[in-house]
Amino acid sequence: MTVSQILFLVVAAVMLISAVLVVTLRNLIHAALWLIATLFFVAVLYVLLDAGFMAAAQVVLYIGAIAILIIFAMMLTRRVMADETVQINSQWWLGGLVAAAAFVAVAGLLNASAWPGLPAVDDATITNSIKMLGTQLTSPDGFVIPFQIASILLTVALVGAIAVAGEKK
Amino acid sequence: MQIQTLVWLIPFPPLLAFFLIWLFANRSKALSHTLAIVLMAVSWLISLYVFLSAFATEHFGKDVFASSVPWLPTGGSTLNMGVLVDPLTAAMLFFVPLTCLLIFIYSVGYHNFGQRLDAHDVQGAGSPAHNGVEPMYSRFFAFLSLFAFGMLLLVVADNLLMLFVGWEVMGLCSYLLIGFWHGRNYDDPKKITPRQAAVKAFMTTRVGDVLMMLGIVYLYFQTGTLSFREILYNEEVLHHLATTPSYVVGLSVAGLVGLLLFAGAVGKSAQFPLHVWLPDAMEGPTPVSAMIHAATMVSAGVYAMARMFPLLSAGWHEGGPLTPPMMAMGIIGSFTALFASTIAVSQRDVKKVLAYSTISQLGYMIAALGIGAYVAAAFHLITHAFFKALLFLGSGSVIHGVEHGMHHSHEHIDPQDMFNMGGLRKKMPVTFWTFLIGGFALSGFPFITAGFWSKDEILADAFANGPLVFWVLALSALLTGFYTMRQISLTFLGEPRTESAEHASESPWTITTPLVILSFFAIVAGWVGIPAAFPGLGQFVSSIRLGVLPFNFFHEFVGGTLLEQPEALPFDPFPLAASIVVGLGGLTLGWLVYGWKPLKSGQADPLAKPLGPIYTLLENKYYFDELYDFLFVRSTRWFSEVVVYQVMDKLIIDGVLHTVARVAYAAGNFFKGAEKYTINDPPDYLAKFTQWIGGSFRVIQTGRVQNYLLIVMLVAIAFGGVYYLMLSGWVK
Amino acid sequence: MVPLNWYLILAAALFCIGLFGVLARRNAVAILMGIELMMNAVIINLVAFWRYLQPTQITGQVFAVIVFAVAAAEVSVGLALIISIYRRRNSVVAEEMNLMKW
Repeated sequence: MTVSQILFLVVAAVMLISAVLVVTLRNLIHAALWLIATLFFVAVLYVLLDAGFMAAAQVVLYIGAIAILIIFAMMLTRRVMADETVQINSQWWLGGLVAAAAFVAVAGLLNASAWPGLPAVDDATITNSIKMLGTQLTSPDGFVIPFQIASILLTVALVGAIAVAGEKK
Repeated sequence: MQIQTLVWLIPFPPLLAFFLIWLFANRSKALSHTLAIVLMAVSWLISLYVFLSAFATEHFGKDVFASSVPWLPTGGSTLNMGVLVDPLTAAMLFFVPLTCLLIFIYSVGYHNFGQRLDAHDVQGAGSPAHNGVEPMYSRFFAFLSLFAFGMLLLVVADNLLMLFVGWEVMGLCSYLLIGFWHGRNYDDPKKITPRQAAVKAFMTTRVGDVLMMLGIVYLYFQTGTLSFREILYNEEVLHHLATTPSYVVGLSVAGLVGLLLFAGAVGKSAQFPLHVWLPDAMEGPTPVSAMIHAATMVSAGVYAMARMFPLLSAGWHEGGPLTPPMMAMGIIGSFTALFASTIAVSQRDVKKVLAYSTISQLGYMIAALGIGAYVAAAFHLITHAFFKALLFLGSGSVIHGVEHGMHHSHEHIDPQDMFNMGGLRKKMPVTFWTFLIGGFALSGFPFITAGFWSKDEILADAFANGPLVFWVLALSALLTGFYTMRQISLTFLGEPRTESAEHASESPWTITTPLVILSFFAIVAGWVGIPAAFPGLGQFVSSIRLGVLPFNFFHEFVGGTLLEQPEALPFDPFPLAASIVVGLGGLTLGWLVYGWKPLKSGQADPLAKPLGPIYTLLENKYYFDELYDFLFVRSTRWFSEVVVYQVMDKLIIDGVLHTVARVAYAAGNFFKGAEKYTINDPPDYLAKFTQWIGGSFRVIQTGRVQNYLLIVMLVAIAFGGVYYLMLSGWVK
Repeated sequence: MVPLNWYLILAAALFCIGLFGVLARRNAVAILMGIELMMNAVIINLVAFWRYLQPTQITGQVFAVIVFAVAAAEVSVGLALIISIYRRRNSVVAEEMNLMKW
């Protein structure tokens, strides 16, 4: 058991526990906070995978924007479900069964064959990864078009969200 | 207007009267009898004119008044309808409309016209008890007019079919008029009600009519025509008919047809064995009895036989053996004459005596035809019409008077029973004298009365041609005198036996005038038939000429109807003496028993004790009615009630219908069930099944996204499982 | 040396937990949180594959970045929808939004 494995296991364990708490807590604000925790540990995982930009983006975007957005939404819809009843609906056992079955199936499949180990890369690749990412995202030979389309998508989503959620006068 | 056209007009005025009264004049009594009498008088005047024209024509037998129209084209030939006036018809035309007219006038008084409608009188229940007017007055005149039409049609017909039509119309009117008082019921169940009597008359004459129809059809089949002139005045046709054998062994066509036609006359003229309807027909009002059952309808049978005489006697010549129809007529006629006169001796009802007397006299006429005495039969027919009508009308007057007396005395007796009368000579003189004249005519009182001359001629012919017939007829002539005097004595002589007879009074002029007129004819009508061979008187009357013919024209005139004029018989004193003896003898005997010491009230019939059981037999008409009831009526009743009604109608016909209905019903039910299970229900079940499936599946569509996602995941897992199994080789 | 399949199994576990959250939670926002977990699992997958199979090519990361953007857009629109629904029906319970049937 190497250090990286132990580290990975710890991070994985905590992440999964936080995730379980997200989906089972009755108090939704607490669930949201545990969501933030989960997302943070996902960012840690990215770091382990030498994807620094991804980790930073995860923290800034997911935690800083999306999780906040979720908390805002909870706040805006709170009056109805204030400290209220069960948060588990009537089909939870079937859902649990399905989820468990899905996991078992996928995990079984994944264990069936051998997977490659971590390839070694020199530091230059890792250090230059952000630069390479930026170059790829903006060069016409690279992925500028998907990038632009993603921006348009975001714009559209923004406009759409405002349109949908805006007060009708 | 030609005389032939006038002849067509004779039957139709009474028919017009019938329709007018029936359709329009039913409410007004005066209008009804005026229409009936006026139109009957028109008919009478026309027939009188025709008769006088016929009388003035020389050799009328050859130059007849005839007119016919083609009526029914039948293949090669055409059946014609027409009128024929030959001497026999002319003689009939003299007396038939006259008697009918007189009876019409008589009916006005008989039905108490002028009196108010009595509150006690229920319509149809009987003769008005309290001297009110008859409620169904107009109907009576309508039926009488229809009857006159039928008789006149029969008389002027020139073929058998038209004669038969008239025959049947009269049969219908007889039924209608006998049952005129249809609502009358008697307490005594043995006494026949008018309704029953009408049915009895119709049924009995029907038996004769059917046989007559068969005869007519067979004759038409053999000769292709029914016209009198073509068959009867034609030597060839008669010869052919007399020599062709018929279906029945031993009989020629003429013989068979003659017997069948005679059967019709047996029914209509009430000869034995079909005589049973005539006495019970006395349930009808007296004018009906007079007209139908004395003067006209019953003589229609004799007229038909006289008309068909050449056919009946085809193959016979004077002095030779009789043909089968003639033999039958001779036997049945003479038997009936004797048979009926024996019954008449014991009857209590004044009209029944006259009814049996009619049967007896008709027997005379039939017997006369049977032995070939054509002219004698026709002669007796005419004189009989006059004096029998007179006698019936007289009896009606008597009954009317006694009923009037009952109104005063409030007794409840039978006004027609002679034993309740007596002494009416003083109360009703006109009726008495006319009745006496009629009675003498019936008995054959010598020289004065018409009946003597006609009866004497029959007896003379019988003596010459058939001695057995002569003695039978002579014996019945004796009985005729006896019962006639009995009747006159019981009714008119002595003292009144009941209160009602005490209070009886003479009838009004409408009743007595016809009596007087008829009694005139009852005397004079005989003189036209005095034989020229008669010593003294014969020469005298032959010398008086009326135009072409002498005063005693009858023999020469009517004899001209036949192809061969029958010869007058030489004078024979024996039959003359015999008829005088029996006539006067019968009258004297009757007067001795009943008139010399007239019966007191409550006294029984003096003949009852000496004759004993024979008297009972006679009084009950030889029990023929009971015999016929047992033989025919009961079996027919049983047949119709059991065989036809229960078996054929209810069991078979209804059974078939019910079975068909049940089968159809069962089939319908079966199809209903089959259709329900095969055609109706499966789609229903299919629909329900679809609905059920849909309903079951609808559960899935909850509208909730989470449920949908769950299902997606389940299916994905299922597919994943299958895919995995396929890949790993577990499932191919 | 962490084998690749550990990362994949982890991602699968996270995905399934998120799936359970989507299936079993009543509040719509909680469902969205479940969805976020699933999205994160996907992105972990992507990055792991990049690192273990083609670390020299940056294409993998580009893919992951784009997926990121899409996930963000999706969350914002989803929340906007939830708010709109809340305004209409005064409720955010997913079970009560059941109009999407026949």
